[in-house]
Formats: sequence, structure tokens, C-alpha cells
Amino acid sequence: MDEKDLLLLQLLEENSRLTTRDMAVMAEMAPEEIEARITALEDAGVIRSYSAVIDWERAGNGEVSAIIELKVNPERDYGYDRIAERISRFRQVRSLRLITGTYDFQLTVTGKNMQEVARFVSEYIAPMDRIRETATHIIMKSYKENGRTFCEKEGSERIPYSL
Amino acid sequence: MRDFISKKAREIPPSGIRKFFDLALTMEEVISLGVGEPDFSTPWNLCEASIYSIEQGGTSYTSNRGLQPLREAISRYLHDHYHLSYHPDQEMIITTGVSEGLDIAIRAVVDPGDEVLVAEPCYVSYSPCVTLAGGVPVPVPCEEGDHFRLNANLLMERVTGKSKALIINFPNNPTGAVMRKEDLQAVADIVCDHDLVLISDEVYAELTYEGSHVASATVGDLAGRTITLNGFSKAYAMTGWRIGYLCAPKEICDAALKIHQYVMLCAPVMGQVAALEGIRRGEEEKDRMVREYRVRRNLFVENLNRIGLSCHLPEGAFYAFPSVETTGLTDYEFAEQLLKEEHVAVVPGSVFGQGGEGHLRCAYAVSRKDLNEAVRRMEAFLSRLK
Repeated sequence: MDEKDLLLLQLLEENSRLTTRDMAVMAEMAPEEIEARITALEDAGVIRSYSAVIDWERAGNGEVSAIIELKVNPERDYGYDRIAERISRFRQVRSLRLITGTYDFQLTVTGKNMQEVARFVSEYIAPMDRIRETATHIIMKSYKENGRTFCEKEGSERIPYSL
Repeated sequence: MRDFISKKAREIPPSGIRKFFDLALTMEEVISLGVGEPDFSTPWNLCEASIYSIEQGGTSYTSNRGLQPLREAISRYLHDHYHLSYHPDQEMIITTGVSEGLDIAIRAVVDPGDEVLVAEPCYVSYSPCVTLAGGVPVPVPCEEGDHFRLNANLLMERVTGKSKALIINFPNNPTGAVMRKEDLQAVADIVCDHDLVLISDEVYAELTYEGSHVASATVGDLAGRTITLNGFSKAYAMTGWRIGYLCAPKEICDAALKIHQYVMLCAPVMGQVAALEGIRRGEEEKDRMVREYRVRRNLFVENLNRIGLSCHLPEGAFYAFPSVETTGLTDYEFAEQLLKEEHVAVVPGSVFGQGGEGHLRCAYAVSRKDLNEAVRRMEAFLSRLK
């Protein structure tokens, strides 16, 4: 990882749909170098996937999301890793993190409606071995995701000319 | 009734783009590359610091020079970044934007009849401020063939026995030009030989993309005769807060301070508080914005050249300055027709003085999406000209 890699990562994180040609111009590199560097970053697992930040509320598909917190008994030899792997395999689990504080895991889970999310937690997550306690927080509104604010308006109107 | 308007107020020209401004306001979906300010909002930690300070009752005057901790922080910053050495209590004034700094700098050193050399193209206030101070502005063109740098020979041709000062601005608005150390050295020799004061507006210093900014006062023997102007508007996206600073040898600074205390008293305290947060903890945000400007510059200038508007790569600031020579239109005609037909606002280069004619100032401090759309519209406009 050098400064050029860092710049590419920043550009991609902000807009993963940039063309190689545009990136080459923006980052002052040859297109071939861009391709090679991105491939290397993908192979190294630094770039995990390319996705879009979507305001699902605005998309109006009616899905709901929840933050689920779990208290977990870690396993001898494996700690939290094996149970984390099992939980993360559910398609409904959008993210999973080990955290400090009262709870051990924090998940985000999506479903068609509140009942579906609740059912998923009570039927699949809560009964798992080593899960001691769950807390479910339904997300009522997202104001910012992945560094992007969902506000209607940012900043103020600019005048058309200033010298 | 007699004419109440003073000769000087009549003498200074009105804004060169009033017509465009009014026209643009009547239009919808204008993409403006005409704005000389960052499109970013002020980093939020700066705003929070200011809001908190207001809540704590921080709404009064500050000392004339400005908040002591801010001056100390600026002094350290200038030393660490540009090898400048200015005493925070004796050689520095916090001003209400660089605009005020420029005005009081000129008034501190110019007597009626003094000639003030002004490197053009440049920001539009330089010559009017000289006129208001009773001086005579003498333009020195910076030409495209010299990468819009100040050519010492052209400067020398305009120096007379009445010359008192030289005003320069690098990185430059509107050309994006940057002076290298050797360019400044050649200018320094003339400034020193003819005992001139140098007024160096370095408000775009942080927006230097190739190499690092060379502060005028660090070149040759210029330190003792240079007034350095800088501010927070461009680098920290703080245009509306109106915070700049003037640094100069004590004698000049004392004179400027007298004028400052009578006409301004002090710079706005809420802006000073935000600036202090910026200089203490705003570097990362600043660097992020500078990186983005550089990326946009690369993209935009490449695209301008691709569609046939020849443009050198600007090394600083956030302006591209393409030539419209090949279109057969003047810069005014081009800018007006482009606005009317494609709703893209750019500023004719002539507005910025000699050397600017035949060019457009396009600020790339707008989102990449808008930049690309502006290029698309300009391309459509050009294809109709053929």
C-alpha cells in the first residue's frame, strides 16, 4: 500500500462506478497501472466488493432494518470467531461486528417488516448455542449511511458568480 | 442638487460581470463554474467550535489584532509549513478576510501619486483599492507563454521612479499559475533594487498541487519589505466567515493596525474561533478537500483539452483558464453565449485584467458530476460553432 493505492481506494469508496479511463486521468496514472493496482487490491482482500449506498426508505420497498445486540459466551480455542461466522452466513444479516461494552456482537438485520425481523431473531439467532441475551432496536430513520448523509439539502444556495 | 458621489467612487469601475449575474439569476438549472469559493461546507468541527463559543457568550469584540491564541497558532503554522517567521504580537493582524488585509496593506504604504505595479490577470479588487488609496495602478501582464507567471523583464519595463509597491497573487486567481523559487528570485532582485514594497496575496497557498508553495517573504531579501496576506476562506472552506491575516515587518504592521482599528476594529469573533479550530484540528479535512480539488483539476483540464479548449495544467488554486482563441469568439462573447444557450456560467478572462483576454475562468470547485455535465454542455456549444 502506497499513496497511489490510498488515492484509488478513496476514489472507489466514493464512487465505485468510475471508469478506468477517468481514474487514470484523475489519479495521474496510466490506465494499465490503475487496472493492475485494483486487481492487486482485490486479490489482497483490501477491496471486498463494489456496492451502492441506497436510501431504501426513499426507494419505497418497505423493508425494515434493525440493530441487534447479542451477549455471547466465547468458545475455548476459538473465542468469538466460529459463532460469528455462523451468524454472518444468514442472508438477513447485513453486518456483524464484535464490540466492547455491555454486549459482544452488534448486527444489522433487514426484513420485509418488523414481524419478519423479530421472527428471524427469535427463531434463528436467539436459540443458538452460546447466545445469552439479545436486544433488538428497530431502525426508524437513517440519517447517514457509509459516510453519506441522507439530508434533503446540504449547504446553502450559492450565488452564480463571485470573483 | 450637486453630485454627491466622490470622484474616486466614480473613477473605480463597476463589476465586470453584473450583466451575467443578472442573466444567470433568471435561468434554471445553471451550472456555475463562475464561483470563486469552495463548494464544500465548512468542516463541521469548525462550526461546532463556533456555535459552542457563541453559547458560552463569546460574542464580543476581540483585541484589534485578533485573538492571541489564533495569532500564535498562525505564527507556528506559517513557520512549520512555509518557513516564515512572524511574531504573533508584533507582526500580525487578523483581518476581515484577505479583502480587508489587501486594503489596509495598500493604504499603509501608498501615498497619492505613487505607482503600484499589479501583476495581472488578478483578483478584481487590487487596482480599485490602489485607486481608492490615491495611488496609480500599473498593470503588468502575466502571459500564457510564461505559464502566466510574472516575467521579470515585463515587470522591469514598467518600473519608474514613482513605483512604490508591487502586488502579486500566486497561486493565482484566475490562472492557477504558481511561481517557482527562481521566478520569485528574479522578481525579488527588481523589488529590492528599486526599493519597493511587495504585497503578496497567498490565499491559495494551501492549494498548491505541484511541489510546495514558496512564500514570497522567504526569497532573497524580501522578508523586510514584504506584506504577506493569507486567510481561511479557500483552504478551510470558510468564505462566509471573513477571516484573513496580514503579516508584515513591525513598522508596516503598526501602520496597517492603525487603519484596521479605525475602519474595522476587529475581525468577527465567531469566525476567529472557527479559524482557531481549523488551524488546530482541521488539517485532515483541509487535506481531503485539496486532494479532491486536484482530482477534479486533472479530470476537468483533460476534458477541456479533449473538446478543443486548449488549457494549460494549473498548478494551484481551483481555476482552469482555457483559451477560446480557436473559436473566433472573444471571451465575453463566448461566456455570454454559453450562458444563454447552455446555461453554463464562466467568467470572461478580461475581467481580471491584462493577459486575461481570450480566456475563461472556470472554477472547478464544483462536484465532479456537475463538472462533467458542464463539459458535455460546452462540447455541445462548441459543436454548433463549427
